[in-house]
Amino acid sequence: MIWNDEFETLPREAIESLQLKRLQQVVERVYATVPFYQESFKKAGITPADVKSLDDLQKLPFTLKQDMRDNYPYGLFAVPLEQIVRIHASSGTTGKPTVVGYTRRDIETWTELMARSFVAAGANKGDVIHNAYGYGLFTGGLGAHYGAERVGASVIPMSGGNTKKQLMIMQDFGSTVLTCTPSYSLFLAEVAAEEGIDIKNLKLKVGILGAEPWSEKMRQEIEEKLNIKAIDIYGLSEILGPGVGIECVEAQNGLHIWEDHFIPEIINPETGEVLPVGEKGELVITTITKEGIPLIRYRTRDITRLIKEPCICGRTHARIERLSGRSDDMLIIRGVNVFPSQIESVLFNIEGVEPHYQLIVEREGNLDTLEVQVEVNEQTFSDEIKELQNLSNKIRKDIKDLLGVTCKVRLVEPKSITRSEGKAVRVIDNRQKSS
Amino acid sequence: MKVEQISIFIENKSGRLAEVSGVLGDAGVNIRALSLADTSDFGILRLIVNDTDLAFKVLREQNFTVSKTEVIGVEVPDSPGGLSSLLQTLDKNNINVEYMYAFVERSGDNAVIIFRFDDVDAAIEVLKNNNIKIIEGKKLTSI
Repeated sequence: MIWNDEFETLPREAIESLQLKRLQQVVERVYATVPFYQESFKKAGITPADVKSLDDLQKLPFTLKQDMRDNYPYGLFAVPLEQIVRIHASSGTTGKPTVVGYTRRDIETWTELMARSFVAAGANKGDVIHNAYGYGLFTGGLGAHYGAERVGASVIPMSGGNTKKQLMIMQDFGSTVLTCTPSYSLFLAEVAAEEGIDIKNLKLKVGILGAEPWSEKMRQEIEEKLNIKAIDIYGLSEILGPGVGIECVEAQNGLHIWEDHFIPEIINPETGEVLPVGEKGELVITTITKEGIPLIRYRTRDITRLIKEPCICGRTHARIERLSGRSDDMLIIRGVNVFPSQIESVLFNIEGVEPHYQLIVEREGNLDTLEVQVEVNEQTFSDEIKELQNLSNKIRKDIKDLLGVTCKVRLVEPKSITRSEGKAVRVIDNRQKSS
Repeated sequence: MKVEQISIFIENKSGRLAEVSGVLGDAGVNIRALSLADTSDFGILRLIVNDTDLAFKVLREQNFTVSKTEVIGVEVPDSPGGLSSLLQTLDKNNINVEYMYAFVERSGDNAVIIFRFDDVDAAIEVLKNNNIKIIEGKKLTSI
């Protein structure tokens, strides 16, 4: 099934001519309305008139997450605030989130692309969509919600947490489609087993899972344990939210990027050079229809490759391969973005604590766990257990307050954190091995 | 009145206690009393030794996190109820015990208990007023 036959199956040449037209428009728009772009284009010696072909996109400067932070909160908006009808944000490094604004038309575009995504994943009118993505500043909940309503499905706005209640609703309301993070879907299966609920025999048929990296092996496990099709969805708030790309249920092989709204490129993360189609590198996305906060060549830091071969589903839009990593040190823990530098700044702000720390990420059962190891020093050491426990509680609470992620804090002896070549190893991620 | 105690941070890893006692033994430091408080992740080893400064120095050199704390050694009759009446006296006078542990050796006929109070000076005052014998620091480390 295809939601928007006309646009989803456009011939390649038609996609490209539409992309060029829209690219030229967006470049003119940001040049005229966003001082940041005017400056960065000038620095690169480029004017909007220089964009004559899609290849000219390579000449344009990149946009980094840091640029969004530097222009916090509204500096990159291309329209006056009166035209913004929704604001979302994602977590940031120093407590300041990355802010995005949507015009009415942006919300319409998002809704359309999520509707396409639902249908591509095998969901449609008549389905009961159990939306367990978080509602709030995070784009997951509301993004999926609007798309689900658009296709005419019955949406249950569950949001995250309260797993037993989720299971009860799933049974009683007859949920057929589940939207959440992949790890949460397995957690649901686990709790169901504990509660004696036969999750395999519920009405669930599809899981639309994203917001964190997962492997093919994990997909098999989810499909087996929940007896559903597990579909990978891609999105990031900077670009739109969920629905930037989706796997089709027919192929389950690569995620279609909606090319009438985004231009994907793959670059060498070291040099910034564009790589030939098919080579692995960092995904860069240009939004060509967005009004609120259009981004030119946004560096997603996600590592993948582009697939341009036609897909058996009939859609003509290019696909990206399942993400295989990041080109920076960002960790995604239970759907929350965590940079080691954020943890570091939390530690810096606690009297006496030195930023000698290490992050250990594991997948215990089906949930990610984060352990923060912090070296004790003479300033923070006390001969009383309760003082040390107060210290680790404070670290845990500050991390939870600032980053929204629950962690375990372990106090360790000084110099016990492995240092290699004088540089501390900050992150030990054991999840790949187990999933 | 007061005696210096050494506290050492120890991760819950096998062999750590042996390393601490090894470092002290090699330096010729004699342990007079000890207590280990532990959680699932770490422990605090508290020691009264015959040479506090030397112990402090050698442990630090081996990268242990060490601190000194003032504690008090109190004589308690080595008979049933001896400790109880002492603790009741402290409680009546609102003296809070952070932790306590027993000394290895006896002082004459009495047992020796090491106390860590949140308010050391107030505690000394109460003990004195109730004629409870506090052992001098120097005497304690050389028992």
